[in-house]
Amino acid sequence: MLKQYFKNIKNASTSIFEGLAVTLSYMVRKPITIQYPDRIEKPLPEMLPPTFRGILEVDTGICTVCMACMKRCPLDTIYIESERDPETRKNYLTRFDIDVARCMVCGLCTEVCPTGAIRHSTEFDAVTSDVINLVMRYVQPGDKIPAYKVSKEEEPPGVPQNEPYCRLKKQWDAPAPLQPDEVRGAVRWKKQTSKQEGR
Amino acid sequence: MKYLFDSLTANWNLSPWMTTLALVLWVVVITAGVLVFMATFAGFTSWVERRIAGRMQSRIGPNRVGPFGGLQWLADGLKCFLKEDVIPKATDPVLFRLAPYLVFPGGFAAFAALPFGYGIAASNIDIGIFYITAITSLVVIGILMAGWSSNNKWSLIGGVRSAAQIISYEIPGGLAILTVVVLAGTLNMHELVVAQGGWPWHWFIFRNPFTFVAFFIFFASILAEGNRTPFDLPEAESELVAGYLTEYTGMRFLFFLFTEWANVWVISALLTTLFLGGWQIPGITDLGATIAAATSLGKWFWVLLSVAMFFIKTSALVFLVIQIRWTLPRLRVDQLMIMCWKYLVPMGFVTLLGSAIFLVLPREGAWAWFHLSVQGIMTLIGFAIVAGLIGRAWYNIHALKDRISLENWL
Repeated sequence: MLKQYFKNIKNASTSIFEGLAVTLSYMVRKPITIQYPDRIEKPLPEMLPPTFRGILEVDTGICTVCMACMKRCPLDTIYIESERDPETRKNYLTRFDIDVARCMVCGLCTEVCPTGAIRHSTEFDAVTSDVINLVMRYVQPGDKIPAYKVSKEEEPPGVPQNEPYCRLKKQWDAPAPLQPDEVRGAVRWKKQTSKQEGR
Repeated sequence: MKYLFDSLTANWNLSPWMTTLALVLWVVVITAGVLVFMATFAGFTSWVERRIAGRMQSRIGPNRVGPFGGLQWLADGLKCFLKEDVIPKATDPVLFRLAPYLVFPGGFAAFAALPFGYGIAASNIDIGIFYITAITSLVVIGILMAGWSSNNKWSLIGGVRSAAQIISYEIPGGLAILTVVVLAGTLNMHELVVAQGGWPWHWFIFRNPFTFVAFFIFFASILAEGNRTPFDLPEAESELVAGYLTEYTGMRFLFFLFTEWANVWVISALLTTLFLGGWQIPGITDLGATIAAATSLGKWFWVLLSVAMFFIKTSALVFLVIQIRWTLPRLRVDQLMIMCWKYLVPMGFVTLLGSAIFLVLPREGAWAWFHLSVQGIMTLIGFAIVAGLIGRAWYNIHALKDRISLENWL
């Protein structure tokens, strides 16, 4: 009984001592806090893993204009227009819009893309003063980008690794927002096709 | 600080009632000074504690408002000023409003007798330590009042717990105070410090093995009286939401917290004064004589040096109090009472008796060497504990193949 009494005192003092040593050691060690957004060593998109599903981005150089992504999208987020040159019989990409505000980041478009032209970036903080700024235009109006042809010999270039993704952000801070009727084009297109197909 | 007033007004030839008026003004000035010190300390410590707590939990803590977040406490205070003052319908309105103002003086009045340096005390009363133990018990009435008048089960349980805890822990605390009072033969805070010396082996904590134990008894009981973790049962947030201050909002809420932070200073200052040599400067055996012999500029130098010594020791203890809060888990109510009545009270009696025995031992001849060697051994043990703590922390870091990093510390 008395032995237990003194043992309790000893246990209490040694455990307090050990506890104080532990907290003291943690006090002079590096904290694990990441001070998002303003006090981080490099931009957060570069710190995220490449499998992160962020805002969709398009490499127009390898787009085949197959429009599979536009058809697959459940929310009518993507709108693509193409033009065929009547003389050379070549296909040109004239418009590629993605409405980030509608996108639910399901990733179905990236799965159907044959060349990996449409893919998720690691950016996610799309904050703008106007929701229309969130329509990403990967082909500027008036531009004509020749459609990529998959050759049987070479492999498609695939997704470039370790590329800085911060260029997307430039568009959100763009001074002139798009016109609302330009944006809604994608929605109108989907409705028309549904009627034609009799769905 | 009446002596300062007397020396200031000695050459003014004031009429008796003018002297009284000047004395009243002087008291107001001193009170305002102490209040400002208490307010800034309470606020500043709240920030310091949050930063230290953050680092101890691998976080950073508030570092955005002002330089290194140092103005966070001002922002928090302003926020509490702007909050709505809610008084629930079912409360006892008079007691509910009165409670914070009864808690506040309990913490504030203790500052009156604390010696901040040689002769730097708001009032040098003869029963200083007795006055402090008495006045800090006033907090109990306020807390119980807050708990009762809130008309809330959590508040009531918190208030009653606080009353039980403070009253129980006053006994070991008082016994531990008595051990040093017996050695010094006085209740006066100034003379309690004078009875010690500058070097660590002159301090009461290392005077003999019993005062060494009494230091820890007093530490534990005064933490319990100040409702600090691991004895923060009255406001145990995991059981009682916030205990007796559950129903309080805005400034009334802040008054309770304010007193609690100020109490940290009172705790550390009392420990420093009673056990760690107070404002004594190492190497100076008789500070009073040194100051009397010094020039007018030298007087200020010695007084400020003594204030600095007191602040260094007290700040170290404030850090320890904070560290204990973030190290130890909260005790259960029965554990709290077991610790008080089964451990601290018997040990308190033993330390009181043992210390008294050391007092009656002769001090001449070979006995002087005995006393000196006991003091030396106790000092070595004390420093070995501190060194062991640091060494153990060092081992903890290196055992995990980590390294010391003060990144983001400020």
